Amino acid sequence: MGGDPIIASWLVYGCCGAVLVGLGLFGFMRPTTTLRRVLAFNIVGSGIFLLFGATGYRVPSTGADPVPQALIITGIVVALAATALAVALMLALARVSAGRDEDA
Amino acid sequence: MIASGFDITVCVLLCLCALAAVTGRDTFRAIVFFIVYGLLISVAWLRIDAIDVALAEAAIGAGLTGVLLLGAFGQMGSADTMAREPRGAVLIALVAGAGIGAAVLFAVQGLPPEGAGLTAEVLAQLEASGVGNPVTAVLLNFRGYDTLLESIVLLVALIGVWSVASETGWGERPGIVHHARAGGTLQSFGRFLPAIGLVIGAYIVWAGSSGPGGAFQGGTVLAAVAILTILAGLVDAPRVTTRWLRWALVMGPGVFLGVALLGLFGGAFLVFPQAVAYPAIVAIEIVLTASIALTLVLLVLGPPREAPQ
Repeated sequence: MGGDPIIASWLVYGCCGAVLVGLGLFGFMRPTTTLRRVLAFNIVGSGIFLLFGATGYRVPSTGADPVPQALIITGIVVALAATALAVALMLALARVSAGRDEDA
Repeated sequence: MIASGFDITVCVLLCLCALAAVTGRDTFRAIVFFIVYGLLISVAWLRIDAIDVALAEAAIGAGLTGVLLLGAFGQMGSADTMAREPRGAVLIALVAGAGIGAAVLFAVQGLPPEGAGLTAEVLAQLEASGVGNPVTAVLLNFRGYDTLLESIVLLVALIGVWSVASETGWGERPGIVHHARAGGTLQSFGRFLPAIGLVIGAYIVWAGSSGPGGAFQGGTVLAAVAILTILAGLVDAPRVTTRWLRWALVMGPGVFLGVALLGLFGGAFLVFPQAVAYPAIVAIEIVLTASIALTLVLLVLGPPREAPQ
């Protein structure tokens, strides 16, 4: 991309990460279904990752800091594991509640 | 000028997709927006030069998480009810979200613009790590214990998922049984894409020692290939009690732990002497890839359940 950036790109993406954290937190707390909360939790997570990664790119001439990158990759995989566990618990809860309704 | 314009456009699109995913009425549409969001965020990672993260995010954030959420939506249907919330819950959520968001924003813009982080330290020691990709060096050498613990966390999460199986489901195949139309789009993709996916996945793992890529990024691509063939009904997922499956799942963390213990002879736990660092890391990466890919597949498929009669 040509031209000098008016705003440093790390700042643009860092601020974007902050906004995503706020949006995700709103989605997590507002009255909604469990599945939507799990989705919102993932948005909070990726917002934090973006913010963290962006702070590692404050000096573009040396490239992105590999330490945050490695931690973020670890975090992305753990977030998926947590999401899978949440989904499994959610489905188990739905199964149990359905069984209870039949008994009643 | 143009560079900033592109970055700002990506960020605005990201925020709009997140907003649609969070506030949209229809859950299915919200999940689709979330998948688009995952792809856009990989573009953002490319823009801040984090190619390794972009690879992981595209495969996991957009791909596997999307499949997981869509699958959950399909199984929940309308069973997912809203909990009764007190009055003003929306307002509290709005204030909390906006407040935390604004506080983080304030903190970010106040950061010193010249913070170089640990890049210089990593690059100075890169020679000793045995690999050429600084991210792989951090993942498997400098901060190896993070990765070791992470591979164990994955295993624990899988045990958690399996432990909520119904009593009749235990010992069966994980996930619901999929029926795809023979010769339909899904089956055709299921036959055609794995060939490409396997090559890309294997390449990403191998390339990880010198360029962007590695066990996690490659493992997720391989996991996606396996999930696609299972969704297309071409392959059955293995039963959770299968012996080779159990071994394959613990092999990655096991070999990693074994090599880490061998490091005790070289000085300390998880220390790789420079002479053997490269073969040790490549060996760990290959077994870890297999275990990660398999664990991710099983995590996405869910607990084992009884086959319908």
